Amino acid sequence: MTSTGIGARVPRKEDQRFITGNGNYTDDINLPKQTYAYFVRSPHAHAKLGRINTKAAEAAPGVVAVLTGKDVEKDGVGGLICGWMIHSKDGSPMNAGPHPILAHGKVRYVGDHVAVVVAETQAQAKAAAELVEVSYKVLPAVADTAGATSAKAEVHDGIANNLVYNWSIGEEDAVNAAFDSAAHVTSLDLVNNRLAPNAMEPRAAIGAFDPGTDSYTLYTTSQNPHVARLVLSAFIGIAPEHKLRVIAPDVGGGFGSKIFIYAEETVCVWASRKVGRPIKWTGGRDEAFLADAHGRDHVTTAEAAMDADGKIQALRVKTTANMGAYLSTFASCVPTYLYATLLSGQYAIPQIYAEVDAVYTNTAPVDAYRGAGRPEATYVVERIVETAAREMGIDPAEFRSRNFVREFPHQTPVIMCYDAGDYQASLDKACEMIKYGSFENRRKKSQKAGKMRGIGFSTYIEACGIAPSAAVGSLGAGVGLWESAEVRVKPTGNVEVLTGSHSHGQGHETTFAQLVSDRLGIPIDQVEIVHGDTDKVQFGMGTYGSRSGAVGMTAISKALDKVEAKARKVASHVMEAAEGDIEFKDGSFTVKGTDKAMAFGEVALAAYVAHSFPTTEIEPGLKEGAFHDPANFTFPAGCHVCEVEVDPETGVVEIVDWVAVDDFGNIINPNIVEGQVHGGIAQGVGQALTENCVYDAESGQLLSGSYMDYCMPRADNFPTFRLDFTITECPTNPLGIKGCGEAGAIAAPPAVMNAVTHAIGVKNMPMPATPMNVWNALKSSV
Amino acid sequence: MYDFNYHRPKDVKEAVKLLKGADDGVAMSGGMTLIPTMKQRLAAPSDVVDVAGVTGSGIKAQAKKIVIKAGTTHAEVAAHAGIQKHCPSLAALAGGIGDPHVRNKGTIGGSIANNDPAADYPAACLALNAKITTNRRSIDADKFFKGLFETALKDNEIITEIEFAVPKRGAYAKFPNPASRYAMVGAYVADHGRGGVRVAVSGAADCAHRSKAMEKALDGDFSAAALDSVSVSPEGMNEDIHASAEYRAHLVTVMAKRAVTAAG
Repeated sequence: MTSTGIGARVPRKEDQRFITGNGNYTDDINLPKQTYAYFVRSPHAHAKLGRINTKAAEAAPGVVAVLTGKDVEKDGVGGLICGWMIHSKDGSPMNAGPHPILAHGKVRYVGDHVAVVVAETQAQAKAAAELVEVSYKVLPAVADTAGATSAKAEVHDGIANNLVYNWSIGEEDAVNAAFDSAAHVTSLDLVNNRLAPNAMEPRAAIGAFDPGTDSYTLYTTSQNPHVARLVLSAFIGIAPEHKLRVIAPDVGGGFGSKIFIYAEETVCVWASRKVGRPIKWTGGRDEAFLADAHGRDHVTTAEAAMDADGKIQALRVKTTANMGAYLSTFASCVPTYLYATLLSGQYAIPQIYAEVDAVYTNTAPVDAYRGAGRPEATYVVERIVETAAREMGIDPAEFRSRNFVREFPHQTPVIMCYDAGDYQASLDKACEMIKYGSFENRRKKSQKAGKMRGIGFSTYIEACGIAPSAAVGSLGAGVGLWESAEVRVKPTGNVEVLTGSHSHGQGHETTFAQLVSDRLGIPIDQVEIVHGDTDKVQFGMGTYGSRSGAVGMTAISKALDKVEAKARKVASHVMEAAEGDIEFKDGSFTVKGTDKAMAFGEVALAAYVAHSFPTTEIEPGLKEGAFHDPANFTFPAGCHVCEVEVDPETGVVEIVDWVAVDDFGNIINPNIVEGQVHGGIAQGVGQALTENCVYDAESGQLLSGSYMDYCMPRADNFPTFRLDFTITECPTNPLGIKGCGEAGAIAAPPAVMNAVTHAIGVKNMPMPATPMNVWNALKSSV
Repeated sequence: MYDFNYHRPKDVKEAVKLLKGADDGVAMSGGMTLIPTMKQRLAAPSDVVDVAGVTGSGIKAQAKKIVIKAGTTHAEVAAHAGIQKHCPSLAALAGGIGDPHVRNKGTIGGSIANNDPAADYPAACLALNAKITTNRRSIDADKFFKGLFETALKDNEIITEIEFAVPKRGAYAKFPNPASRYAMVGAYVADHGRGGVRVAVSGAADCAHRSKAMEKALDGDFSAAALDSVSVSPEGMNEDIHASAEYRAHLVTVMAKRAVTAAG
């Protein structure tokens, strides 16, 4: 290993520019003759759209254009799409209502796009937007997940009961039979609270049309610019793919919310041709709360059937998932194939049956958010396992041990085939670190201080490295989920790597360079990672689902294999040795048994000089590409343990200790992995203790529309996290890595809720465990 | 934010003249509430008259009374050695308002004039029997805070200074809203010896108010246990996604007890 190779604790290369204000985010970019867009948004959750009078706005200072849904329709611009077809239990395809980029006929949530004002300045656009007169006929609204199917409001005309699909997985009869013969049944009603994603950088876009080349450029805050281009061209019909360049420059966090193709950037591209000038839209935080795709929002009833020894025989789950007013880009797969396929957890459960109703409501669309389905699954599994253990009087750690999967590969009853893992190892290590054996002493000590102490486990599993194209294709995905890479070696031996992955905080410029450094024996300073531009990178599927390491880096690794093979050829020619005698180590090509040697850079130069190549055998140059399609998902897993103290007078929960033992396979950069775990736990604790996206049930107004009411977790909500790792290598990629980006957010919520319910001695309470919710739970338990 | 005229008068007289002459003028001190409200386009005054400069900052702290000029920032109050010595509970209250930015810009006069139900200073005024002096008169705190963002101030009346009575002992206990960290419930308990005990509650209802029942209970027995006999009704308490009326009522008792304990 070089000092900057795989496993090295290298400081992030990109941080210098980020922390010195030299990043280049979408809003930092300004094009000549640029105009500014501001969206008129619906103040109502559900209303019939009457006349839109744009005259006064058009006459306002600086206004260039005011466009509405009628203009969109006139131009034949298509609506936004949902790229994953889900079929209901009865075989019928999901009910997908229209998703226009500017409302047509109806508005369906507060914040829905009604019109766009384009003006010389942002302030002028905003001022003129207030002059757009819209007549609404307000309709009854539904915001409540559980009540959506029986609501008076019909979000999409003709879609009965607001039901998108009624989907199921597993053998219902076998599960019912297992329940009939169970020694003990545990049942829980769970709410997985809705979250607003809150990336540090709000969404932004610049659409620009070049009449000279008849082509468009879109700068956008995207996690996957190539997919954005594909959707905008092939489905929405804005422009042919080769006439649309999408650039996602530095992006300040995504957490899933920037995977999707939204109305705002689509409008900017389309309207840029109409006004003949570039159009910039920069979302405000208020707009982010209203119109970024939210996360989670499940209501679930879960039941577990155990035999007398506490071995789980079956799991039965019924979930209602809130999709919001429209199906966002990947919304449909989140509560189905990204959720129910993980309901086996780390456990050998013979039978699982899950049924999911996806419902429309008059709320912002809900889609993937850090973990996407897997946090919801883990919440169900880990809460019910903990509760079952308590009910049966079995120690929760022991209960888990009795049920762990111990042989690999392990085929679960819900599609997934786990390839490698050692769940006992992470549980044991975590128990040791938290000093599980002496918990009772700590509890007594807390009690003396007037506090109620609790401990909660979360032995989670997730599926990352998304995903084998054949597998997702058979389940309804509209795309394959491979990744591409190209390695361009410069004549002086510097290396440029083009990747289809996209970095928006993950540190790819460092970790990907470490891989190259490790393989080619050159310092990471000589490696440049290029991403986020469809004109530079040929194609890519982007970054989400903890896939950039396992899939994106494997593609780079494959391209490096080819580069090395070619370089060996060049070296053998230059050093006049048989190719089989060439050895490559630590950046040097040597000839076995001689003192002949060439540094990697010398070979690169030789490849480009090519003076004496037999060009029929060796082409000049040193540049190779590769696509990688994974053979399976990867399965990161681990054990998080949380200890809390609850103030019984106020209901305030304080997390007093946190231990995380994760198995991510091999680790490229411990700094970055630990950072991901910290950030993930922080987001998971946010969901469990503070964050809650709330709509008024009657009016559908967003009640948590700013940081005055939407409570982000802060530094004083956390103890020092104590991390450790176990390693089982992933067998399906050459690097043996699994992915780490979402683990904390997946593991944390049940760990917290298990600890809180343990502390206050209640079976169940709603998440988040806010002071009021804890106080209510305490009161009802008396 | 909409366009507006900004004025920086040299004295109170000019400030009043500017306010009178404006279509829809508003006096601004630190601007910590007004500016965010204007940025969100929830307020659209034609004229903003910056009075922080004319009322000025300054503190006189004595054993019996503390006088603070209206333009004094929270940070100045929190850090003032005389206040820390004679009335540490007031210094602590000021040091717990908002965040460092707010404390270094927001002023006592602005906070009191705004009378946000979740603000901290109104409770201090009530508990410390404050006299609020304006360009026209002096108003007892008990008659100053009228309702939701409503005070006894007339049009174009500007607070110039606030005089607090120093208690024998006192403390302010705040339960912050988890998101905004404004007071969801705050209780300021002050024992004025022969002047009696004052208990002021912020955050819980539409306006800061005194709890006479708690004062009575503590008059005879200044202990947390004395409050066990006082029941706080949820009626009239604020309700939002963070706290029901019942929970707020419960917290009033908890915070008052904690204030009593902290007062010693």
